[in-house]
Amino acid sequence: MMERLTGAERQIALMICVVMAIVGLVMAAAGHGDPMGSHGAIVLIAAGITTLFVLRAIGEPEPAEDRTVNYYDDPTKAGLVIALFWAVVGMGMGVWVAAQLAWPDLRFDAAWSSFGRIRPVHTSGVIFGFGGNALIATSYHVMQRTSRARLAGHVSPWFVLLGFNLFCIVAASGYLMGVTQSKEYAEPEWYADIWLVIVWVTYFVLYIRTLARRNEPHIYVANWYYLAFILVMAMLHIVNNLAVPASFTAAKSYSAFSGVQDAMTQWWYGHNAVAFFLTAGFLGMLYYFLPKRAERPIYSYRLSILSFWGIVFFYIWVGSHHLHYTALPQWVQTLGMTFSVMLLVPSWASAGNALMTLNGAWHKVRDDATLRFMMVAAVFYGLSTFEGSFMAVRAVNSLSHYTDWTVGHVHAGAMGWVALITFGSIYSVVPLLWKRETMYSWKLVEWHFWLALAGTVIYVFAMWNSGIIQGLMWRTYTDSGTLAYSFTDTLVAMHPYYVARACGGALFLTGAILAAYNVYMTIRHAPEKRPERDYPTSSKAAEPAVPAAE
Amino acid sequence: MFRKILSPFARFFEFHARTHYRTERHSMALTLGIIVAAGVGGFVEIAPLFTIDDTVEAAPDMRLYTPLEQAGRDIYIREGCYACHSQMIRTLQDEVDRYGPYSLAVESQYDHPMLWGSKRTGPDLARLGNKYSDDWHVRHLVDPRAVVPESVMPQYAFLLDETLETESLPDRLAALRAVGVPYSDAQIANADADARGQARPETDAAGGASARYGEATNIRHFDGQEDRVTEMDALVAYLQILGGLTDAAFENRPLEED
Repeated sequence: MMERLTGAERQIALMICVVMAIVGLVMAAAGHGDPMGSHGAIVLIAAGITTLFVLRAIGEPEPAEDRTVNYYDDPTKAGLVIALFWAVVGMGMGVWVAAQLAWPDLRFDAAWSSFGRIRPVHTSGVIFGFGGNALIATSYHVMQRTSRARLAGHVSPWFVLLGFNLFCIVAASGYLMGVTQSKEYAEPEWYADIWLVIVWVTYFVLYIRTLARRNEPHIYVANWYYLAFILVMAMLHIVNNLAVPASFTAAKSYSAFSGVQDAMTQWWYGHNAVAFFLTAGFLGMLYYFLPKRAERPIYSYRLSILSFWGIVFFYIWVGSHHLHYTALPQWVQTLGMTFSVMLLVPSWASAGNALMTLNGAWHKVRDDATLRFMMVAAVFYGLSTFEGSFMAVRAVNSLSHYTDWTVGHVHAGAMGWVALITFGSIYSVVPLLWKRETMYSWKLVEWHFWLALAGTVIYVFAMWNSGIIQGLMWRTYTDSGTLAYSFTDTLVAMHPYYVARACGGALFLTGAILAAYNVYMTIRHAPEKRPERDYPTSSKAAEPAVPAAE
Repeated sequence: MFRKILSPFARFFEFHARTHYRTERHSMALTLGIIVAAGVGGFVEIAPLFTIDDTVEAAPDMRLYTPLEQAGRDIYIREGCYACHSQMIRTLQDEVDRYGPYSLAVESQYDHPMLWGSKRTGPDLARLGNKYSDDWHVRHLVDPRAVVPESVMPQYAFLLDETLETESLPDRLAALRAVGVPYSDAQIANADADARGQARPETDAAGGASARYGEATNIRHFDGQEDRVTEMDALVAYLQILGGLTDAAFENRPLEED
């Protein structure tokens, strides 16, 4: 891994490792007796392992090849493998928490294994572990190809990738120890948050520096989305996590905001984590891998522009639809609802643009499960954005909020859109990166596709049913004007759907395990093949004309 | 038809597309554009919540969490209770009938962070205080299905054995004061003793807790164990004060006037 680094770069890497080890040691000593001490030990171990890797390479001869004639794909490869690892861990945790709701005794009696502690391991595991690593890895791949330039730097891509994973590990282990800020999707405590800011700023600098090397006058649409993902996530993360630690030697901190202001800030963050992590980043993936796999150009440049700026501008307003009928002032709720409905236009413009791109390639969608993954992802993107706009309408929200309908909606997006586009992208990029003819087994890809689709549909239908039933039961009155059902009545009614949901999730998890196996076998056993043209070309491209209106 | 609807905006679209065409050649122009476009919405929706006075109602009788209750709140957060229980009763008739008066912004004025929640796998807890006895809570937390057979709640028996860590409470209260909760110097300095006193009515420290937090403070053996202060004491003390920091919500009942 490290043999492509020059001697100077290896020394910088070693220095970073040593600094990290010292930080870990200080945390472990200062936070002794507190979860922060355990986190210090984790940082120390992570720094130690990385140091071993660097030390093994430090005596090796310098790379003889001319590095500018190739793309730098080692961090991408590592990122994809790590993403698949997190997919299995995160989805496995998801199946376990789902099973706990159907059969609460599966909690077993340990303190760390309760629903409240492992649920964030599931959410962070799939969103940040699986999604985040896939985004970082594919962004490295896409920015190099669309810029026809090598990554700007050899240490910083590793720093971003491994640093981000250290954040994920600290987060997940923290939840098990009870370290949480209680802010959904922003649970990690202050030191993890500060670390993520350092990693993220490096990521941004790397991205901008690579774009600056590009041999294309224009920046391709996928990069707009990756850039929006990096920038806006930084903004959201910093503001929502403002907090005062109770002590610099312990994990506990208190949010700078309280009550209604905190609620608004949290859901401004929460919904835009959906928007800029789970939508913008993955749209970047879609805009590169779908046309590439289908071998068709994007249907409309103008539609891409319209939907990009529409998504960036509209999405940021909609967080308040999580707070309908609460103590949040009515005017903010109304703004959130209005923008949520308007958001349907750029969302469907993106989904439509993707599907229209497939015109003339539908026979490939039929034959090629990889492309089918991406097509179905675009369909689910369209469906769940419609559902989201619908659920943001105040009257609908009065029924859906606090119920499983919301959970179903999130999973239609997370499984149907985010995970499917990621698996599609992984299947199309793995043979290229490892210089293989194809994936090890196309039959396993096909199996994975149908398992994932079946799992998603079962999951979503189960949650629609349980959510709507529960919402209706809560508001049903008897003829004499009293509430017809107690809360426990609704719990009994939920049980069959909770079982169905766990089964749907298990199918989806099985698919992810097949994917991990298939990728492993492709790396180890698929026949080799050199791609014909996959290297940076420095020839100046001709300036494209301003396209006419479609 | 599509063209006809969009025709008034044709010039805007043309301008927008041409501007973008120029912008996408410069990474920093794109960066600035994204920051501005994504900055507007958050600023317009969040900043006024700090400046418009009637966002949070006035409640002169509002009291603070005692150190024991705050410690219980921290345990509530640690165990992730918020993932399944909301603390926000919406302005809907069935919620008011089921849980009590709808929640006001002032009730979570000192909640850093708020725990309004987003999902009700279990019922709302905004008005849980004094609804059940301490004994019910302890039995329910130790084995939920012994009290409610249909429950899917995890059991928390280990809280009964864990001695409550109180030494860090002065630091925690000081941090809360830094973010805006008006704890006095005396309250911060005595937080450790007050926390233990509130769960041990027979000791002298109990008097300190009621002197500093008001006569109405619940002072008793919340978990039924007389010899020690456990995490169960803290959590039950917190659950018993939910909805009890102010009476503002009970005095404000416009729904029943018409």
